[in-house]
Formats: sequence, C-alpha cells, structure tokens
Amino acid sequence: MSEKQYKLLTCTINGKKTETMVDVRASLTDLLRNDYRLTSVKKGCEVGECGACTVLIDGEAYNSCIYLAVWAEGKRITTTEGLLGPNGELSDIQQAFVDEAAVQCGFCSPGFIMTALEILDSGVEYSDAELRKLLSGHLCRCTGYENIFKAVKKTMYKRLGKEWKDC
Amino acid sequence: MVVGKSVQRVDAVDKVTGRAKYTDDLCDKQALIAKICHSTIGNGKVLSIDTAEAEKVPGVVKIVTCFDIGEKHYFPTAGHPWSTDPNHQDVADRLVLTDRVRFYGDDIAAVIAEDEVAAAQAVRALKVTYEEYPVVLDPIEAMKDDAPRLHEEYPNNILNHTSSRFGNYEEAIKEEGLTKVEGWYDTPTVQHCHIENFICYAYQEGERLTVVASTQIPHIVRRIVGQAVGMDWGKIRIVKPYIGGGFGNKQDALYEPLCAFLCKQVGGRLVKLDISREETFMSNRVRHAMKFHLVSYVRKDGTFAARKFEAYSNQGGYASHGHSIAAKAMGAFPQLYPCENVECDAYTVFTNRTVAGAMRGYGMPQFAFAVESHTDDVAKVMGIEPIAFRKQNLMPVGYVDPFSKNELYTDSFNQCMEKGMKYIDYERKLKEYQNQTGDVRKGIGMSVFWYNTAVWPISLETSSCRMVLNQDGSVQIQLGETEIGQGADTAYAQMTADVLGIPFENVHTISTQDTDITPFGTGAYASRQTYVAGFAIKQTGLLMKARILKYAHELTRMPEYNLDIVDGNIVRTTDGRELMTLGELAKEALYSLEHCEHITSESTAQIKSNAYSFGCCFAEVEVDVPMCKIQLVDIVNVHDCGKLINPSLAEAQVHGGMSMGIGYGMSETLLYDEKTGKPLNNNLLDYKLSTFMDHPHLEAEFVENEEPTSAFGTKSLGEPPACPVASAIRNAVLQATGVAVNQAPLRPQVLFERFKEEGLI
Repeated sequence: MSEKQYKLLTCTINGKKTETMVDVRASLTDLLRNDYRLTSVKKGCEVGECGACTVLIDGEAYNSCIYLAVWAEGKRITTTEGLLGPNGELSDIQQAFVDEAAVQCGFCSPGFIMTALEILDSGVEYSDAELRKLLSGHLCRCTGYENIFKAVKKTMYKRLGKEWKDC
Repeated sequence: MVVGKSVQRVDAVDKVTGRAKYTDDLCDKQALIAKICHSTIGNGKVLSIDTAEAEKVPGVVKIVTCFDIGEKHYFPTAGHPWSTDPNHQDVADRLVLTDRVRFYGDDIAAVIAEDEVAAAQAVRALKVTYEEYPVVLDPIEAMKDDAPRLHEEYPNNILNHTSSRFGNYEEAIKEEGLTKVEGWYDTPTVQHCHIENFICYAYQEGERLTVVASTQIPHIVRRIVGQAVGMDWGKIRIVKPYIGGGFGNKQDALYEPLCAFLCKQVGGRLVKLDISREETFMSNRVRHAMKFHLVSYVRKDGTFAARKFEAYSNQGGYASHGHSIAAKAMGAFPQLYPCENVECDAYTVFTNRTVAGAMRGYGMPQFAFAVESHTDDVAKVMGIEPIAFRKQNLMPVGYVDPFSKNELYTDSFNQCMEKGMKYIDYERKLKEYQNQTGDVRKGIGMSVFWYNTAVWPISLETSSCRMVLNQDGSVQIQLGETEIGQGADTAYAQMTADVLGIPFENVHTISTQDTDITPFGTGAYASRQTYVAGFAIKQTGLLMKARILKYAHELTRMPEYNLDIVDGNIVRTTDGRELMTLGELAKEALYSLEHCEHITSESTAQIKSNAYSFGCCFAEVEVDVPMCKIQLVDIVNVHDCGKLINPSLAEAQVHGGMSMGIGYGMSETLLYDEKTGKPLNNNLLDYKLSTFMDHPHLEAEFVENEEPTSAFGTKSLGEPPACPVASAIRNAVLQATGVAVNQAPLRPQVLFERFKEEGLI
C-alpha cells in the first residue's frame, strides 16, 4: 500500500483565505466538512447525482463531492454558511425558502440554495421551463420541488424589480 | 389561536443556514469507520472468509465476520411497538452478520478501520467462498413446491397467508345477468430515496451504550438494539438528531444493531457506520412489490354482486414488517367499495429480493394502483362514467368499520371529488378527450383512497409529553414523536400554544429525541403523530395549566375557576383584567423563598381510537403513442384530513407525496438480474427518481371536516398523498389511449409492450 500524499492547498472559503494540507484523494466535500466543519455541505450520494453537496466555486455551482479538494487551489469557495449578512441576516434566497415553506427535512436545502444563487446572480430572467432545467441537478424527496420553484422564481422576480406573480 | 394558521416552521432558519445538525454533522472526527462486506450472491451460504489480505491494509483495526459473532441473538427489525404477547411479536430472523445469505447484499462481515479508505480497501480484500443456491425473485414462483426455500420454518416461502370472507361469493356469482371483470395488476419494488442515507455512530460510557442514529423511531430502536446485542434495554441510549427524510425506511432498525455490536467489539470505542447510496438501495428496505388478482361480478345497474381479491406480496429475504403491509391492503378492499359477497386472500412470500418494509402508504399505494385501476376497468366495461360509478359504489356516509370502529361521518368522498373535478375541469375534458386518434392523445383520470390514522386497534397507540415552564413564561415540550421533515415540531408548538394560552413564539419543541430523557413515544409512522401527539399535548397542557392557575391562585388570591391564561397573561375571567404575566408568575414560582416550585407536567395518553382520512387525485396526461412516453400535464390531490393544523405545511407535505406517487406511476422501479438477484440500477441516476423537470405544477387542495374523535380535529396526512396518484395517471392513460396498462410504473418499456399488444404501434 502506498503512503498517503498530501499537498498544501490555498483557497478562499466564505471570504476567508485558508491554507490546508490536504490528502490528494480528498474531495472538496471532505475538505469543507472535515477540516472546516462546514456541515451545510451534505453527502447524499457522493457521485454527483443528488446535488446536496453543491457549493459555489468562483461563483459557479459544483457538486463538491466529485471535485477534488486540490483543484480548488486559488479558488473562491462559498457554502451556505457564507451567505448571512454582517448582522446574521438571511440572504434573499434563504428568506424565500423560509417564506415559501420550501424546506422540509432540510437535507437538500443548502445545496439547492447554492444553485439558486448561481441562477439569481446571473441577472437573467428565465422561463419556468428554463428554471426547472437549471435546478434539475438537485434531488428532493420531500417537497415535489413545488415550493422550491416558487422560492427561486419569486426571488428572481424580486431581484429583477418585477412584480411578484403567483406562480 | 395559532392552530389552523400557516406559521413559519420552527426549524426553517436553522435548515436554510446549515445550522441544523444531522447525524454525520455531530460525529466526532476521531471516530473509527466501519464498512460492511455484503454478499455477492443472492442465495446461499458463506463457507469461509479469508481475512489475511485485508488484515494487512494499514489502518485496519478489526475485522469481524459472520463466524465471529459469538452468541446468536436473533432480532426483529420492524419499527412496531413491542408486544408483550409472544404471538403478536415481529419475526426475529436477523443477525448482525449472517453466514446464510438470503439476498444479494446481505451482511456477512464488517471492517473497522481508522479511516474510510482503509475500511473500504479491506472490505475489497476479503476473500469469500460461498455455496450458492438458485435464486427466486417472484412471489408466485417462490410459493411453488420446487422453489428454493429461504427460511426452513416457512414452507413454500409463505411468511403468512390471511383471508377474509363476507357473504357467499360462490353462490353470489350464480346470479343471473352478471358481468365478470377480471384483472391482474402489478406494482414495482421501489425505494424511499430520502436524501440523507442511513447513518449512525455508537460509543460506550461505562456500561452504557449510546447510538446516535438517523431514525424515525428512537424508542423502538432502543429495544431492538438491546435484543440484538443482548444488553438490558435500559443500558442502551438512542439519540435522534435532525434526519434527512425517512419515509418508512428508517421505521426499521437498519444498522443500529450492527453498529452497536461493532462498537462493543472494539471495547466501546466510537464507531461510525455511514451507508452509501448504492447500499441504501441494495441492503436497506424497499416497498413491497405486489401482484394482485381482482375479480368483480357486476349487475346491470352498476352495483357489485360479488368480488374477489388476491394479493401476493414480495417480502424479500427477511420478515421486517412482514405481512402487516399486505394485510392492510387486504383490509381496505371490503371497505372502499362495500359489497355483500367478498373473498380476500393475501400472501406474503419470501424471495431473494431486497428486504421489504414500511414505505409511505404501507400497502395502500399498491392497493390503490390495483383496485382503482380495476374500478376504471369495471366502469369501462359497464359503460358508466368513472366518477358516477364510484359515487354509486363508494363507502357511504355513516359507514362504520366493525373492527376499528372508524366511521365516515361526512360526505368527504363527494366533497373531495367535486373540488378536484372543478380544479381540473374534469367534465369538459372527459368529453373532449373521448375517441381520439393520432400519435399524441390527451386523457384525464382519477383515483380515490382512504387511509387510517395511527395503528389502533392492531397495535399499541401511546404518546407521552413533558412540558417545562421557564422563568420568562416560555415552555419547552418534549415528545417521543419525531420530526423527520414533515413539520411535526411546528405542529406540536402550535397545539401547545393554544392549549396553554401562550404565544407560539414562547413554545420551544425540543427536536432531538434522547431515550434517556425524552418521554416514551413510538415515533414517526402510520401517519399517526399529529393525531396521537395531539392527545398527549392536550392532556399534558391541561395538567400544566391547572398547576399554573393553582400557583396563580396563591399569588392573586383569586379562585382558580375565575382565572385563565390568555396570550401569556394570567387573566381574571370575570372582568378580563390581566393580573400578571406568566413570566412574572414563573419567576416567582421558581425563586420564591416561601413556596418554590418548578412547574412542569408530564403525562401519557393511550389512544384507543382511529380515524379515516379521505381524498382523491385527478391527473391529466398527454401520451405520445409512437414514443411510448407520457407527459403529466396537470395534477391535483384533494384531502380531507380533518382540521389543518398548519395549512402551508400540510400543502407542502401533499406536494411531496404527490411527487412520490408520480415516480411510482411513471418511472421508479428497482430492477434485478434474474439469475443472480443482483440489483441493476441501485443508484439515483439509473433508478429514475423524479427531477424538477418531470413535474408540472402540483396542486394540493383540502376539504376540512373536523374529525370528531381527535384532540384537535385532525387526522392522517403524512402517507395519504402518495396513495392515489399512480392509479390516477394510469386511468388517464386509459382514457387517452383505450389501453389498460396494469403494470406500474408506466415507463416506456411497459407502454411499448402494451401498445404493441393492442395494435397501436
């Protein structure tokens, strides 16, 4: 059996510059959960099927379970823990998940919120079908996706300064 | 009053910020990691396990095989309350590790290592030799005399066979002018697919053993772990933090017994057992696949003269919840459409498939697919519109089940159907979609269901509650009934606020169950909790209120009968004056130098009632005949679950059940290799779990007839939404194409065969 190999990883996690010795075989999920205890990053399949481990890497949503930790060199990582305002305020999309009853067991929620954020930050007004496609990398067994859809669409409209229509 | 209002979930903020802690989030990083070695045959015996190579893997702490388990403690796994009557106990047929393999993925050895990689490498390095037996995957095949027998004590692999008879079927079918309608209906093996896989960790402190687990049923698991490792039940402590869904899979002792056993093998050190998605499909529980044979003899006027029901339930390798599920389905048959002459038989049969247990609906999704498909088939043969046929034959208002004493008090079926018809514009579409030709055809269909609430009188129903008054007038409550995503903690807080007369914000439901400190309750199953916990909350709350008012009498010298608690204040009812706040009273009570009292209350409510819950589903589909594809265009579920405690959470729960029903009807099925019993699609990608793109808008509506037996007017809603959906979709396809598809899910492969048979393609 070969000796474990480690590498020094420098990256920014939720706005904070970090240096970590990582096992080169470790996934970004492992790094975030085990080394930084960012437990919003959930493990549901560990092969990129369920989306529960989604984080933003330089603003783009990735399944962190199939992204090697060492690939994050020099990158900017954001997890759900990093979304609160300076006084602990919820971000708009988190608040929308609360308001629209889009949360049940809560296990898929952080991952969904990160992809929703990528969608919202694009500033694009998507059609219903496009939104459904963009969110389809996440699985949820509790909500039937209905209220998650409402939360994302509502926030999209709000950000675009458009009137909220019941959707 | 806050009951009936859509207040925000008590755990919503913690869940959207990632602060809510689930089992893995709480486990110390120093934990040893256990991995299971699963059998790679579907039926047979382990002859030997050579551990030499695996022992050499750096980081391996201990390897335990099925030959090392010492004294054999057989245990049952079903999440049922224990019965002190041996005749009513669940079948104890499991060992923590077994040398007799009964399904592909059975647990034959385990490795404990310093990290996950070492544990996984060592599992792969184990060399197992087997004596292999032929596998049998189908219940009807398994009942044949020459089929391989899974358990010596069960001839023909029949775990149980029960019957019920009403009237005289054989005589009744001789009546002149009857039309016979007969069909076979087939439902698939499906998995719960909660997004958090099962996980637990165990450690010892002194003589005591703690297991922190993703479970729906902590108090039940405590008993089962005690049985499995041969320890006194009081020495076991189960802790249940937030869990990432359960849907019935975690209403079973999954791997808590094995993890506890492994912990003891390494001297009580902390051991974590984290199950992969592939293992969840292969080696946890699934919903029983059932085959149904239904026969109806119908008079010219559209009434039933005689009916027959046969169900063959695929149990998989071990008993788990066993025959309870097929029996529940069978029990529903004479009730939904009462008929004087009925013959029912249900068989639960061992096969070499994944072990079947509880899954949202407990036999009723299977029942509804078969029986409600058959109802449309009968209506079609008789030339009667499906809803008119149902109205003529459905359980009438005033119907009382002689066994459970359940009663249909109100015109719930008709009220639900009216609402569903209106939403989906049923009558217009039914006409418009008749006699279509062409490649793409539209159709509309529906299905009804009824569902019990809780398990009385089959089994024990009990719930215990504890309330504690804090210095500021706020209250904590604890129950053994668990939050698994459905919103139970929020509903409990709403009920408590109303019973005590304090603001909702002043109630804190302690979400975590810890069997050392949480009052006894059996947990999340049978759509029981809101109903059952309601009794315990009301009773305990009234007790608490009496204690508070007694103390208020001491402080105010007013008689207790002239005092009440309103919005967190002690109020004199004769003139409505606020005499003091509950906070002032609580502070005085706790710090008084004259009469100090920690005001608390605790009580057990044993429940000896049950309640019917009703509803229906309407679905509209577009069928692309040459492509053999169904698009679900619109869907609505209507429920009468009594009074809604929290309408917005109720609606959300219905969405989830509808989604599960859509998967059951259209895409989900666990497939097995016929020769080996190996699961072929035990991952989320190939299993075809519904995604965002597979659903239209899900409409959830309610009829609120308050349930008279209930503490808060409420009754079951957790499981019902999943029951009527697959049959509604199937009946919509029947209307669109004229083709009766009797096998769920209606995936393209199934449609292709049927459309070919019927000459559509």
